[in-house]
Amino acid sequence: MSESNEPKASLPQVGAAEGESPCAGCGGGDRRQFMFKIGLGLMGAGGAAATVPVVSAMLGPGLRQYLEQWVDLGSVSLYPPGETRFATFSNPWTSPTDGLTANTGCWVRHVPAGEVGDRGKAQPMDTSSGDPPPSNAFNPQAPDFQVFAVNCAHLGCPVRWFPQSRLFMCPCHGGVYYEDGSRASGPPPRSLFPYPAKIENGHLWIDAGRLPGLQEAP
Amino acid sequence: MSDAASPQPKPGPLLGAILVPIRWLEDRTGIGAFLAPIMTHKVPPSARWFYVFGSATLMFFSLQIVTGICLGTLYAPSASNAYENLVYIDTAVPFGWMLRAIHGWSSNAMVAMMILHMVQVFLHATYKFPRELTWIVGVFLCLLTLALAFTGQVLRWDQDAYWGIGIGAAIADRIPVFGNLARDLLLGGPTISGETLNRFFALHVFVLPGITIALVGLHLVLVLRHGISEMPKVGEPVDPATYRETYEARIHKDGVPFWPDAAKRDLVFCGSMLLLLVAVALWLGPIGPNGLPDPTDIDTNPRPDLPFLWIFGLVSLIPPASETLVMLVAPGALIIGLVLLPILSNGGERAPSRRPMMVLGVVLAATAVGILTWEGRQSPWSPVMDAWSSIPTPVEYVKDRGPLELQGAVVIQNAQCRNCHELGGQGGLRGPALDDVATRLSYDQLVRQIQQGGGNMPAFGKSLTSAETEAVARFLLTMHPANEQTSNPPGALLPIPPQAAERR
Repeated sequence: MSESNEPKASLPQVGAAEGESPCAGCGGGDRRQFMFKIGLGLMGAGGAAATVPVVSAMLGPGLRQYLEQWVDLGSVSLYPPGETRFATFSNPWTSPTDGLTANTGCWVRHVPAGEVGDRGKAQPMDTSSGDPPPSNAFNPQAPDFQVFAVNCAHLGCPVRWFPQSRLFMCPCHGGVYYEDGSRASGPPPRSLFPYPAKIENGHLWIDAGRLPGLQEAP
Repeated sequence: MSDAASPQPKPGPLLGAILVPIRWLEDRTGIGAFLAPIMTHKVPPSARWFYVFGSATLMFFSLQIVTGICLGTLYAPSASNAYENLVYIDTAVPFGWMLRAIHGWSSNAMVAMMILHMVQVFLHATYKFPRELTWIVGVFLCLLTLALAFTGQVLRWDQDAYWGIGIGAAIADRIPVFGNLARDLLLGGPTISGETLNRFFALHVFVLPGITIALVGLHLVLVLRHGISEMPKVGEPVDPATYRETYEARIHKDGVPFWPDAAKRDLVFCGSMLLLLVAVALWLGPIGPNGLPDPTDIDTNPRPDLPFLWIFGLVSLIPPASETLVMLVAPGALIIGLVLLPILSNGGERAPSRRPMMVLGVVLAATAVGILTWEGRQSPWSPVMDAWSSIPTPVEYVKDRGPLELQGAVVIQNAQCRNCHELGGQGGLRGPALDDVATRLSYDQLVRQIQQGGGNMPAFGKSLTSAETEAVARFLLTMHPANEQTSNPPGALLPIPPQAAERR
């Protein structure tokens, strides 16, 4: 670097003025120090004020509280007993540019009467191949209904329901679940994520809004 | 250019007229005087074809910036119409499809060249004294390149993008304590939405390229400061105490100017790669978009782009218990290891023949990534979702079968067995092919396996009636080569077919 400066000796030496007193009329060291501190203070105050929206934009989504909200899945009659149907709903929190992603899908299982959580009673089952369903997958306010997130508990891909084999299958890494949401095979570490559900005025409601994940799902 | 600026013969009136403004610019800016020593700095004469990959990475990065800016004039980072916008660019904008094709394939090419560059530097141990920091900056450039590739794939905002972010969010969610925070920050909210795309747009277009440009500059300054390394020679270990003097003396004695002696190879290679890239882009066209990003359209088969297929394969094949380790701890450990590598080993032999473990490491890593990429492409672990309804039972398997056995073949089709099991070479690969299953399992074992599952097979005891199960087992007993016995012991009693009575 130092060699490359040599040929350019003809350039005017801007830095030469630094050796002399920069301003003859200045009142000396104290005042210069004071100005410097004032400048630092102004920069600090202005910077702090300007940082508020910057931090809010960058970290806001992580700091905000997203309380779950009850979402209407329509009349209970849409979900006949013994069947598992796909339902869609609009996210409780939306922005103007969400487009199609403002919607979410879920699986609604209307448990046939008398079969609440008794998988394995009719036939001898190898319990090691499937985990028991989560205790709160069944809802006190909607005891005949189970509502599952569409996202596989492994890495979130959408599971598909096959009524003939009564299995949910995931297209990504081969996770398979039984009709009650319990894990049947593949890499998922748990059963399907259930939404809390309730029935009000003949409509099925679920408590939804967050992309389900391993950490806060029941 | 530089030849024209310093002509030996007296310039004619026309050339003189051109030279006047050029000389004025050079006098006022000094750009030529600044660049000349950089372009002509001495490099070792042994710096041959091995050294072209870094230049090619830089060339593809430059191409990404140019084509990216052009795409920026056409693309709208809005989840409500990004997809339609891509279709518009592909179909209505003149050469828009070619622009997208080049940007997409150049991204893959940049990753490929970067990896070749990194492997070459690793094998030749160029990261040793005094070039440790050059390597460390390079490690971060590698991460930035992969981050650019991932965020770029998200901007397509198609099905692959939507579910790809879902996978990213699910991995972030596994971080202890901060998982929720990390996921919300990644998604820009509680779920994948318009703000998610805006976040990835800001990352892909402003944040990551800005940091990358700054680090590329630092990388190049460090390359110039320490000079381009010589090819490693057996028996000439790096000694930090004497390396600099030895290198300076040798460069002074027989170094050649980078421009044009070494640069001509870079030019030939980069030119060939650029031509190849345009050919590939023209041949294969733009990547995606694959399907509308509709979360309620679950008839989808999400797959990541080429550079991430091996990760897709890895998370499918590892034991579930090791997932947190592999997804969260291993990447961090790998990055820390790569950063510490030149600090821990800054001297000694550079020749690959004297560093067999390092060579072995590269061979193992390349083999593993290659196999996992192949597996990720095939994804044999995934059920073939439409196999049961789209692939017929092979005709020879229903010839000369009794009614109960034929009923079993129908159940196999209807109960989605073929989503995971092959018949006649067609169907899923998750479970074993059933073409010769009777040579392995007896009737009782078949019934047990169907009803109770196990070995990663779901139990069908609840979804199939016992009559259906028996029909399936009867059919499967016929699945053996003509001249090979079934595994039923001779004379074993098979149950009498049930009288269509459902025990359920």
